[in-house]
Amino acid sequence: MSDFYLVYKNLTRKKLRFFLTLFAIFIAFLIFGALAAFDKALNAGVELSADNRLISVNKINFTQPLPISYVRKVETIEGIEAVVHFNWFGGYYKDPRQQVLTFAVNPAKLLAVYGDDIAIEEELHNNWLKNQQGLLVGKAIADLYGWKVGDRIPLNSNIFSKRDGSSSWEFDVEGIFTAKFPQADTNNVYIHYKYFNETQSFGGDFIGWMGIKTTDPARNEMVIKTIDEMFVNTPFETETVPEKAFQQSFLAQLGNIGLILSSVVFAAFFIILVIVGFSMVLAIRERTNEIGVMKTLGFSSVRIFKMVLMESFMLIFLGGIIGLFVATFFLGFLNNAPQFPLPDLILSSDIILRAVAVMIILGLITGIIPAVNALRLNIITALSRR
Amino acid sequence: MTDKILYDLRGVSKEFIKGKEKITIFDNLNISINEGDFLAIMGPSGSGKTTLLNLLGGVDKPTDGEIWFDDARVDNLSESQLAKWRANNIGFIFQFYNLMPMLNAERNVELPLLLTRLSSKERKKNVAAALELVDLSDRAKHMTSEMSGGQQQRVAIARAIVSDPKLILCDEPTGDLDRKTADEILSMLQLLNRDFGKTILMVTHDPSAATYAKRTLHLDKGEFIEKDLAA
Repeated sequence: MSDFYLVYKNLTRKKLRFFLTLFAIFIAFLIFGALAAFDKALNAGVELSADNRLISVNKINFTQPLPISYVRKVETIEGIEAVVHFNWFGGYYKDPRQQVLTFAVNPAKLLAVYGDDIAIEEELHNNWLKNQQGLLVGKAIADLYGWKVGDRIPLNSNIFSKRDGSSSWEFDVEGIFTAKFPQADTNNVYIHYKYFNETQSFGGDFIGWMGIKTTDPARNEMVIKTIDEMFVNTPFETETVPEKAFQQSFLAQLGNIGLILSSVVFAAFFIILVIVGFSMVLAIRERTNEIGVMKTLGFSSVRIFKMVLMESFMLIFLGGIIGLFVATFFLGFLNNAPQFPLPDLILSSDIILRAVAVMIILGLITGIIPAVNALRLNIITALSRR
Repeated sequence: MTDKILYDLRGVSKEFIKGKEKITIFDNLNISINEGDFLAIMGPSGSGKTTLLNLLGGVDKPTDGEIWFDDARVDNLSESQLAKWRANNIGFIFQFYNLMPMLNAERNVELPLLLTRLSSKERKKNVAAALELVDLSDRAKHMTSEMSGGQQQRVAIARAIVSDPKLILCDEPTGDLDRKTADEILSMLQLLNRDFGKTILMVTHDPSAATYAKRTLHLDKGEFIEKDLAA
């Protein structure tokens, strides 16, 4: 037997109260783990944004097009290394519910701008460049639908139609790209702009936006100014921003997610604080006589103080660890769910460290009052209570 | 009983302040308890029996005077020093047993040994010996809530003797037991005194319980009246 055993026995002596309190803590940390992982995944795009990448969109808003001719003009600006342009295809596979994030791009420049994020075998990349009907597939999508290199895949668009009236395009899977780090998204596919532009029935020679890589982040400001001034007072004025700012403004359109998540987590922990704090005070009050007996036997007040505090920590850590453990499974399940929109939804080490810090703070706050009460408890008073 | 004085109270006074009133429990109380003694203290309610036990057990301090134990002064020790002193020298037996309900019998007995440097193996050995002495070896793994009052008090006795203290303080040890069980418990205390040389100080209301002691002190209004009841 040890002090730890005594603490454990005290903690579990009232089974129902113990399990209910533990359950409340477990739920709070499950919420914390899941929401923190969501928050991190939502912000992954911002974190991953390269300092030397810019996004140039139509000044009205990013759903409005830009002329394809802008690309060549922008490429001539000093300080720009490469430009890749994107069109939103609005694709789905067989069934409109099976969405496939499809972008029509100028293939030769995709890796020049985004080669730091995604990886593909050189031979496969070359094959994709050569085949106008080639499809470059993200690993998450390939895994989801079981696509392999060499497969011929029909993709429909819920925006565009072909000149023959159909909305189905046929593509050859030429390559499967992977992420160079876990947070990078492989939940999309790339097609050739030329093939898309030549076969679609709407007005052609327009692009959605440009991804621009500068030679040096220090030149971003100058490049941004040059691009936007280049197209000022034209029917298609541009707004160019660093990729990070673009991602942030995109997220901001969804609302202040960080504040919502923080509020939910704060509310959960505040409730825990009240429940566990009350439960601990009650538990120690019920054991006044026993604490008096232990002090009489020779247990020092400081030792009893530590044991009460340990009890509070044990409760919080037990519930917290189970909560995080279940959150890991829950997030893993979501990660494997078909078409889950967020890449790399995991309980990262920084989230775990934050959770441990919260456990320490909660353990201290909920345990300190009963521990001090136990520390100060007078033996004679304690023994007189039964 | 030897001639060596184990406990010596010299001019001890104890006062309480209740509201604006000062209540004197003892005034200049003197008492010596020899090693190997079995002393019963009797007296009416409010005579100061429990206060005396608290002073002797080191859970309370006198307002004035000195308390010496085994040639060392203890009334001036700090709270943490007193806790250590109690763990090393005193075994306690309470009227309502005061066992830990979440622990089984052997874990209850082991409790005071957590305050020693004994290894787990040594602790187990001592616990087994103490339980055997109170004839509860076969119930070592039982929860105390499953035991009768007499058995619980025997567990409490085992807990009091397991760390081999010099003095055992008993506060109404048979107050919650029927006559037959009370006699068993008192015989056990007598055996501990007679065969194991334990010094025992017992506070009781029960005159027949006092007959098990070697001598009885009657406490009344803070003063002792001694009666010898040599066994």
